[in-house]
This record gives sequence, structure tokens and C-alpha cells, in this order.
Amino acid sequence: MSTERIYIFKRFERFWHWSQALLIMFMMLTGFEVHGLYSLFGFQLATEYHTIAAWTLVSLWVFAIFWHFTTGEWKQYIPTMQKVDAMLKFYLTGIFTDAPHPFKQTTVRKHNPLQRLAYLFVLAMINPLIWISGWFYLFYSSWEDWGLAGFLSLEWVAFFHVVAAFMMLIFFIAHIYLATAGHTVSSHIKAMITGWEDIED
Amino acid sequence: MSLINKTDWSLAMLLVASLGFVGLIQTIEVQAATDSTGATTEKKNTNSTADHSKFKELDVNFKTGPEVTKACISCHTEAAKQLHATKHWKWDYINPDTKQRLGKHNVVNNYCTSVPSNYKFCSACHIGYGWEDNKFDFTAEEKVDCLVCHDTTGKYKKLPGLAGHPNYKTMEWPPHSGKFRPPTDLKQVAQNIGKTSRATCGACHFRGGGGDAVKHGDLDSSLTNPKKHLDVHMDAQGLNFTCSNCHTSDNHEVAGSRYQPTANDTKGHLIPGSQDKRNTATCVACHGNAPHKDDLSKMNEHTGKLACQVCHIPAYARGNKHTKMSWDWSTAGKMDEQGKPVKVRGSDGKVKYDSKKGGFTHDRYVIPEYQWFNGEVKWTLPDDTFDPNEVVKINDFLGSPDDGKSRVWPTKVFRGKQMYDKVNNKLVITSLSDDKESALWKNFDYDKAVKFGMDYVGKEFSGEVGFVKTEMSWPITHMVAPKEDAIDCGQCHKENGRLASVEGLYIPGANNTPLLDKLGLGVAFLTLMGVLIHGAIRYFMFKRGG
Repeated sequence: MSTERIYIFKRFERFWHWSQALLIMFMMLTGFEVHGLYSLFGFQLATEYHTIAAWTLVSLWVFAIFWHFTTGEWKQYIPTMQKVDAMLKFYLTGIFTDAPHPFKQTTVRKHNPLQRLAYLFVLAMINPLIWISGWFYLFYSSWEDWGLAGFLSLEWVAFFHVVAAFMMLIFFIAHIYLATAGHTVSSHIKAMITGWEDIED
Repeated sequence: MSLINKTDWSLAMLLVASLGFVGLIQTIEVQAATDSTGATTEKKNTNSTADHSKFKELDVNFKTGPEVTKACISCHTEAAKQLHATKHWKWDYINPDTKQRLGKHNVVNNYCTSVPSNYKFCSACHIGYGWEDNKFDFTAEEKVDCLVCHDTTGKYKKLPGLAGHPNYKTMEWPPHSGKFRPPTDLKQVAQNIGKTSRATCGACHFRGGGGDAVKHGDLDSSLTNPKKHLDVHMDAQGLNFTCSNCHTSDNHEVAGSRYQPTANDTKGHLIPGSQDKRNTATCVACHGNAPHKDDLSKMNEHTGKLACQVCHIPAYARGNKHTKMSWDWSTAGKMDEQGKPVKVRGSDGKVKYDSKKGGFTHDRYVIPEYQWFNGEVKWTLPDDTFDPNEVVKINDFLGSPDDGKSRVWPTKVFRGKQMYDKVNNKLVITSLSDDKESALWKNFDYDKAVKFGMDYVGKEFSGEVGFVKTEMSWPITHMVAPKEDAIDCGQCHKENGRLASVEGLYIPGANNTPLLDKLGLGVAFLTLMGVLIHGAIRYFMFKRGG
């Protein structure tokens, strides 16, 4: 069995991924403290850090969205149902018996069909929920100027923000684990760091 | 604060630098430490263009207060007329919004309860001379007491029992103390007249309820010469505000009244020269509605719901003096073995029982009770009936989270148990001090005392005295702490925090969504278990296979 190496993740993509990972972890840490699940920084610092991290992430996203559209990489998230069953079967049985990975990565199809679905869910569901609720949260004092004071309540804005945060936490746990479920335990992680993935021929 | 700001700033820089571009970060201002050593002691006001000690009108050996007043108004021709129009003079005020007839003379409170029939004592805090019964001439110009507000010597005192006069003869004071006050040197006081001060306003307002610190909780004699930690504005070594810096006056009517409070000032900064007849004694009038400069933690966003005082007055009675917290009139009249009235002191050194007045409790450094308040106060006046099985709210602070004009206010809630007409279910006027035959403090007979009081004001009385539980709310708005001592976020943003009992607030961090939290953490936990088990099986199979 021979392997070849392909360059999957470009430099900006890797920078985006890891800085976003750090920010999201930090925002979960500070955000759940603001929500009152534990006490770490103290409420005031947790709030301030969360706000700073939010603005930083917004800035990062401006660049990331620009990058996705200018490079056409957004197409990586177009969902497909092809081979979803094969992927599921692999995770449920094949992975235990060292069966071959049913998906072959290429530079134009870097995500397996389950990944596509999962990331699309993050992009189309969790992120909008977290960003829209977070945006309202952040601009609480402008509701009146925007004519929204009668329609929004902090309670519901916070509720949806927390719902999205829990979804993000669950995604985060699964994502970290599935990062070890590539062709080898470390192949995905290596690729995310170096950009190069070993592909089985 | 500056330490925290620096931490924020460095963290922000770290994140930004590591990402290689600048995020949209709100400006943080690192404030220079204020120099608190600039020692300026309270100086006598010398910037006046008139030295009253040079006036021949005042170079007179005055015998009485009204004689001094005549001298004053011989130059200040309109002064007495101005004062005649004020609440300080009339003790009678109709709230223009609620139409309720208020003022000291008309309301019944749950301290010494009522003014009529007790004038000689109560009028020690009236800005007039000789209000000793219901025949006082409110049009007499010479009866206005200029000195009580404009004294700068500290030697002018109106004593309870003298109907608003200072002592003109040597007098034992306090009663039975063996100490004697010399006659008031009216000439010296008159020649040293000046602006009002914390001491002159405090002569009455620090001593409301019958003694230092008793009534308000946020006003007591510790404010005469306060340190910065007690009151950031009045700090005698610093800003050195007097009461009148905020409570400005117009024709001698002083701004800021509990009878028509401003609970939510939405008008922003007061512009000098503005013709708007607004209350100047609000935080907002100077600080505006968005006063926090370093606002990453969203403090300005609190101003729509919370009065500034909620965070900036962490406790009341912070001047180490005990304020009265409750008063039970129903136990008054118990005597010692010799049949003499007694005073019993508690471990705090404060009188906890007085035969004349009943039982008390006191406290200091008290955390306020917080309530929605829109500025409207519904008084239970002597003509109003109530259900005696419920606590009577003598001055009910109205407000709600949804009316769009309320804010949460810190309040001192003073709890009493006091005389009422058991049959008519009304508050009563009680003769306490003046009348020899009926006064409670002389005869300890409630039936007589209340009958006399009610007859005195011509109100119907069934003859049966009962005791009803009452509450009064006092807005906490003085003793503003320096910003370093404002309550920190975590005091409210936690489970069972300071505002836990205030309805209609969403407070992040106060355990708001317990079900969602259980569900979210539960699914996250199951996910974690799932991947761990999956991983364990992989590892196990790999070992066996390998």
C-alpha cells in the first residue's frame, strides 16, 4: 500500500482554523462563566474578555469570508448525500477493523460527506444563531434606536445564545474526536498543522 | 480599575497581535490615578462681596430670632416672601401629578408619626419661629428663620420643645444631662452669616426621625466632614461638595424632593443656562446617561434599568452610625419596678426600648432593599382606609419592569407597628409631646393621646386604638462611594445575588435557564461519553489486531 501526499490546507486556512479554534474555546470558557456555570475570571473580566474575543472573531471572519469567496473554497461545504451511508458504516464498524476509509480526499473535495454536513450545520445553523443572538446581546443599548425594543427581550436573546453555545460545545467535542478518525489517528491533525495529508493510494 | 483595564488591554493586544490584524476594539481609557493628597480643608467662604460683620444693622444685641430676621429683611427685602412659598416653610405640598396633599404637616409616618399637636417639638426643624399650635401665622415675615440655614458658626441650635427658637436663656441640654447651653449669641451668629453648608442642612436632615442617623439611612452627621470613601462628592479633602451643589435653589425653593422624586432622569446633562425647570439633584444632571468611559463590560447598558445608586451606593449608613430599622410603638408604656419610664440599650449601645416610644432595632452598613420605582409615590394619608391585616405601605413606591419609566432603586425600608383607628382602619394623629394632659410621653395613655390628636385636627376617631404594621421606603441616594468601591458585577450576576428578588430582570449569570443548562450539559456529556467509548473500542481492537 503506497501513500501519496497532497497539499490540502493552505496557509491562511490553517491560520484561520487554529486562531478560530483558540477564540471559540476562549469564548466558550468565558461565555459559560457569564452564563453562570462556574466562576473563573469573575463576571466582569469574563464579560470583557468575551466581548474582546467576539470582536476579534468578527474581524477574523471578515477575512475568512473574503477568502472563501475569492478562492471558491465555499464550494467545499455544498452538501451531498452520496456515500453518507458508507461513512456512517465506517465510523460504526469499519474503523474498528482497520477497514479502508471510504472517502478519498482531493484538493477539490477535502471534506468527507459527513464532514460537509457537519460543517454546513455549523455554518448554516449554529453560527447564524450564535452571531445573530450575540449581535443583539452586544448591541442591547441600541435596540431602541433600531426600533426593536418592543420585539426583543434579553431573556430570549440570551436563551438562543446559550442554546447555540451548547450546540457549539457538542460540535467541539465530536470534532476533536473525529479529528483522530482519519486514515490514521494523526493524519487529519497533521494535515491541519502542516497542510499536507497522506493519502492512501 | 486601572489594573483591570491594563489587563484587558494587554489581553486585547495579545489576541490582536497573534492574529495579525486589529479587531474593532472599543477604546479603553487608562485613567490617571486621582491625586487624593491635595489637602484643602473646608475654608470659610470668603468670596462674598459683603462682610456682614461690617453692617450696622447687625451690630445689635438681638434678643430673639425674629429681631434678627427683621434686620435681614431690611436689606433682603424679598427673602421672607420667597421662603413663604417653599415646602421648608409650609410643610404642605400638593403633588401636581397625584394631587395628593403631602408635606410634613399632612402625612403620617412610622417614626414619630405626626406633626399636629406636637408642634413645639417638631418645629425645631421648621424654618420659622414660634410654630407652637395650629394658629401659627404663615404670613409673618419676621417669623422666617434665616439663621438656621445660613449660620456658619455652628453655635445656633433650635432645640425641641422651643417651637423653633434657639435658647435665649441658659438651658440644660440634653435634658437631665447636667450640661448647660449658654444663651445663643445672636449677634455673633448674624454677623457671620454665609452660604448653607453640610452642617446647616444636616442640622435637620441628618437628624430626621428624632436623632442623628435615625431616619434616612444615607444622611447622618458623618457627612458633615466626610472622607472620600464615605461620599466621593462631599469628601472634605477633595471635591468638598455641599448639599446645595446638587440641591440648587430657585427663589429659595430647593431642588430635589421626596414628595415629587425623579426616579428616572432621561434628560442627560444639564446644560448651564438651560431654562428647563428640571430637578438638578440627579446623578444624570451632571454625569449624563452614559457615564462609563471604559465600557467593555457594558455598564452603560444598565442605566436604562438600574438607578446609578444601585451600584454606586454599596450600602447605607456607611458612616459608622446606626440608623433605625424598625419601630414598634405597641410596646410603649412599660415601666420599671419603681413605676418610672425606662430606656434599655442593646449590645450595639443603641436604645432598643424606651417607655415613651416602644421598641427599636438599629443597623449600620446595611445592604439596601431594591425595588422598581417610577417616581410616583402612593401615600396612605390620614383620610385613607386600609386593610389592617396587611402591612400598610405608607408611601408605596410605584413602578414595574414594563412601564417604560421605572428603574430599580436601592431603598431603606423602615418597618413599624403603629397606632391606628381600629374601627375606621385609618392612620391617626397622636399627641406625643406638647399637651400636658394628653401627651403620650407624659401620661402613657394611648387612648387619650390619640383622641386629643384626632380632635386637634378635627378628624373622626372611633375611640379604639390598635396597632398596625407599616412600611416606609426611603430612596438611598446619598453616601455615594468612589467608583473603586462600587459594587462589582458579581454581586448581582450570580445565583441569589443582590437583585434576585427584583422581578422582570434578566441577569446573566444568575442561573436563569436551569433546564436548558441540564439539557445542554447532558447532551455534551453523552457526546463525550460516546466518543470516549468509541475511542476505547478502537484502541482495544487496534491492540488486539496489532
